Amino acid sequence: MPVVTYRDALNQALREEMARDPDVFLMGEEVGVYQGAYKVSRGLLEEFGPNRVVDTPITELGFAGVGVGAAMVGLRPIIEFMTWNFALLAIDQIVNAAAKMRYMSGGQVSVPIVFRGPAGAALQLAAQHSQCFEAMYAHIPGLKVVMPGTPADAKGLLKSAIRDDDPVVFMEGEMLYNVKGEVPEGEHLVPIGRAEVKRAGEHVSLICYSKTVAQSLKAAEQLEAEGVSAEVLDLRTIRPLDLEAIFASVAKTHRAVVAEEGWYFAGAGAQVVDEIQKGIFDELDAPVLRVTGADVPMPYNKQLEKAAKVSVEKIVAAARKVLYLE
Amino acid sequence: MATKVLMEALSPTMEEGRLVEWKKREGDAVAVGEVLAEVETDKAVMDLQARAAGLLLKQAIPPGTTVPVGQVVGVIGAAGEDVSGLLDGSAARRVGGSATPPPPPPPPRPSPRPMAAAELTRIKASPLARKIAADRGLELSSLQGSGPEGRIVVRDLEAGSAESSRRAAPALALGAGPDARTGFTDVSLTQIRKSIAKRLAQSIGPIPTFYLTTEVDMERVSEAREALNEAAGRLGGSAAGASPPKVSFNDIVIKATALALRQHPACNAWWQDERIRYWHEVHISVAVAVEDGLITPVVWHADLKSLREIAVEVKDLAGRARERRLQPQEYSGGTFSISNLGMFEIDEFTAVINPPEAGILAIGSVVPKPVAEGDRVVVRRRMRVTMSCDHRVIDGATGAAFLRTLKGMLENPLALVW
Repeated sequence: MPVVTYRDALNQALREEMARDPDVFLMGEEVGVYQGAYKVSRGLLEEFGPNRVVDTPITELGFAGVGVGAAMVGLRPIIEFMTWNFALLAIDQIVNAAAKMRYMSGGQVSVPIVFRGPAGAALQLAAQHSQCFEAMYAHIPGLKVVMPGTPADAKGLLKSAIRDDDPVVFMEGEMLYNVKGEVPEGEHLVPIGRAEVKRAGEHVSLICYSKTVAQSLKAAEQLEAEGVSAEVLDLRTIRPLDLEAIFASVAKTHRAVVAEEGWYFAGAGAQVVDEIQKGIFDELDAPVLRVTGADVPMPYNKQLEKAAKVSVEKIVAAARKVLYLE
Repeated sequence: MATKVLMEALSPTMEEGRLVEWKKREGDAVAVGEVLAEVETDKAVMDLQARAAGLLLKQAIPPGTTVPVGQVVGVIGAAGEDVSGLLDGSAARRVGGSATPPPPPPPPRPSPRPMAAAELTRIKASPLARKIAADRGLELSSLQGSGPEGRIVVRDLEAGSAESSRRAAPALALGAGPDARTGFTDVSLTQIRKSIAKRLAQSIGPIPTFYLTTEVDMERVSEAREALNEAAGRLGGSAAGASPPKVSFNDIVIKATALALRQHPACNAWWQDERIRYWHEVHISVAVAVEDGLITPVVWHADLKSLREIAVEVKDLAGRARERRLQPQEYSGGTFSISNLGMFEIDEFTAVINPPEAGILAIGSVVPKPVAEGDRVVVRRRMRVTMSCDHRVIDGATGAAFLRTLKGMLENPLALVW
C-alpha cells in the first residue's frame, strides 16, 4: 500500500470526489492559485478549473453562506477555512443556517456541505490561533463532527463527508499534515460515526482522536514496558459518538482515559465520560480520567505552551492512576 | 463543616442498632477510623467508627437507645460550630430564639428502606468490584481496599483469594476472613439439573430438603478422645504455657466432616440460582447457641487443621459468639454446616439448611445402646447423625456416599490422621 502524507491523503479524497461528482466544488481563501495555505488543494485548480476551485476574499461569513446556499440548491460544496479559528466569523452560517435547514424546512431541504480546515494548536501561534472547537460544534444538533488522526482515515472520512447529505464539520490538524501512513489507493471510504481500535489491549482503554491518537499509541508502548496492556480506541468521529465501540472497549478493560487536545471544561471527552458512566457503570473499576489541554488561553511562550498541551507523559500518568499503580 | 455520625448497617441484615456505650465524650477529639461507640446489631456488638476527623460535638442519643440505620446519632465538627441544623428531632431546635416563629414541624419521614440503609455503610468500592463481590457472594466489609481512601477495587478481590488459597499455610486462615474466593469451580446448570431444581422447589418450598440418617459407632472415637485428653492433661502446665484444651466430640465431628467433604466435593457446594458453586476448600460453619438465637461462626480450612487447632478455635469462636463479639466475616462464607444438640441429650433431629450452603449435619448425643454384634447383643456408644440436603445440589445417593465416608472415618478414627 502506498505511504503518503495526511496532506496528500486529503488531496486524493478531494480530487477523487471532484472527479466522481461534478456537483462537488471547493471554495475558500487561497485554495486555488496559491494551492491552499497548507497545500491540501495542490493541483486542483489546474485539474478542475476556476468554477470548481474558487478563491474567495477574506470573508468567512460570506463564503460560508454562499456554500450553504449552493448546497441548498443541490451542489456539494467543500468550504475550506484557513484554520478553524477563522471560522468563528462564520459560525452563524454553520450553526444557524447549515445545521438548521433540514429541521426548519420540515425535511424538504438538506445541506450537503463540508466545512474543513486545520484545528488546534501548531507551534507558538498563541492564544487566538491555537484553539480546538470540536466541542462547540458537536454541541449542535444537526452537525456531524469528524476528526481523523491518520492519513488513511483522513482520506476515507473526507470522502464519506463529501458524500454525506448533511453538514459535516471536518477538522484536520496542522501538525498532522506531514504525518505519513499507508493509504489505500482509489475508493476508500471510512464510515462516519465509527471508531476504530488502533491497538488492542486488556488493562486500560485510551480513548482519543485526532492528534491524541499518535500520543496514545506512544503512551501504550511506554505502558507495555511496565507490563500494562493498553487499548487505543480512536473515536475518529466526535458526533455521532460510536458508543458501541466505546462500551465494548471499556467493558473489556474496566478502566479508561480520554485524551483530547482541547480545553477541559465541557470538552468532547466529557461527553464520552458521561456515556461511559451511564452506559456501563458496573464495568468500571476506577473513575474515568481525562487528559486535556490546560484550561487557559494558549501561551505564546514555548515552554509554557509545551506545559499547556497534552503529552504522552500526561496520558501515561493518567493511565497509571486509573490502574491504581501509584 | 460538620459531619453527621449515622447509625450504620454493621451487618448485612442490620436494620436498627442499640447504642451500647459511647467511647468518646462530647468535646473529645476524634480521628477518622477511631471508635466512637459500641453498637449492638442483630448479630454482635460492633464498633461504630468515625468517618470524619474533628471534635465529637454532640452525642445525639443516650446509651441504650435503639435507632434505625441511617439515623443521626452524633455530630463531628470544629470547635464552636453550630450543629443544630444537623440534628434530627426537637433537641436540635432549641437554638435560635429570634423573633421569627419556629418553622412548622417537618412532615413525617418515611422510615429508611433497608436498601438505603445499606448504602449508608459507605464502604468504598468500585462499581466493578461491587458487582463481582455480589456475584461471588462476598461481603465487601470483609475486604481490605487498596485504592484511594481505602476503595475496594478488583485487584483486592483477587489478592484476597490468592492469599488464602495457599494451602500449605492453613494457619494463615486462622481467624482470617472468608477470603478464599477463587478456590471453586462454577458449573452451569444442565437442563435436567434445572428441571429437578424447579420441580422439587415447587413441591417442598424454597429449599427442597431431604434427610438422611445414619447411626455411627462411637466406641473407638470415644476411646481415642479419652486417650488424647488424658495425654493433654499430662502436658498441662508445662513450659509450653496454658494447657491445651480438651477435644470434644464436636471437634472430632468437624474434622471428620471436613475430611469427608474433601472426598465428596459434590456436598461442599453453594446453590447460586443460576449455577452451583463447588468449593475446593472446606470451611465448616458451626452452629452456636447464643442467648436469644444462634449464630454459625466458621472454622476456615477445617480439613487442614489439627484437632487441637480446631478445639482452640471453636472454643474461642463460641465464647465470642456468646459475648456477641464476632465480626461479620467470622460467621459468613462457610461451605457446610454442623449443628450439634448432643449436649442437650437429643438423640436425633433435623437441622435447617444454612443457605447458600447445600448441606448441614445434625448431631445427636453419644449414648450407650444395645447393638447386635454378630449374633450377640453388646452395649456400644452410638451417635445418630442426620444430614439435611438441598436436593437441587445433592441427590440421595450423593449424600449417602458422603455419610458412609463420614461414618467410616468416625468408626475408624485413625482415618482422621491418615
